[in-house]
Amino acid sequence: MSAPSPLVSGVLLGAASAFAALAVVVLYRVLRGPTMQDRVIAVNVIGSNTVVILALVAAALGEPMYLDVALVYALLNFLMSIAISKFTVERGGVI
Amino acid sequence: MTPAEIAVVLLVAAGTFFAVVAAVGVIRLPDLYTRTHAASKSDTLGAVLTLGAVAITFGGEITAVKTVFLLLFMFVTNPTAAHAIARAAYDQGIEPWTADDSGGEPE
Repeated sequence: MSAPSPLVSGVLLGAASAFAALAVVVLYRVLRGPTMQDRVIAVNVIGSNTVVILALVAAALGEPMYLDVALVYALLNFLMSIAISKFTVERGGVI
Repeated sequence: MTPAEIAVVLLVAAGTFFAVVAAVGVIRLPDLYTRTHAASKSDTLGAVLTLGAVAITFGGEITAVKTVFLLLFMFVTNPTAAHAIARAAYDQGIEPWTADDSGGEPE
């Protein structure tokens, strides 16, 4: 598809930069902790922000291929959280 | 402006607002379980609203269907991941924060 009108693509790119700034802010919680699960939650928030940024850039530039990258990144993000929560308990299921 | 463009701008504004709420919650709330609450609900709503705006931008193409699938996937997996992490933390014995603790000052 072609790129949307300049107004819409400007709004989408502005939202993408706002999401990027929020990801940098959430990085404070990754550094600060205090527990390992706090860091995992914060990394999960950063990952979902990244998925949204990829989708926004795909829409703003009219590049649908970026959506595939966003889909794979969302899958990996979910798998990371589940794997870490699974391996930090001794035995048994978490979900 | 066409009605679709107005809807895109409104959805993006609402999604960014909820993402800001989620970031403030993750930074400011006092313990792991309250932070999980902010991360699962506000962040999911922000992502879903913004992806809805992206789907409207792509219009009636097959790419919009792909975006809706991504939206539904985020809607299911984001709270599931937060729930799994909170439950793992509870199994490990991390105590929830209560109002009696230490004057209410977050760490």
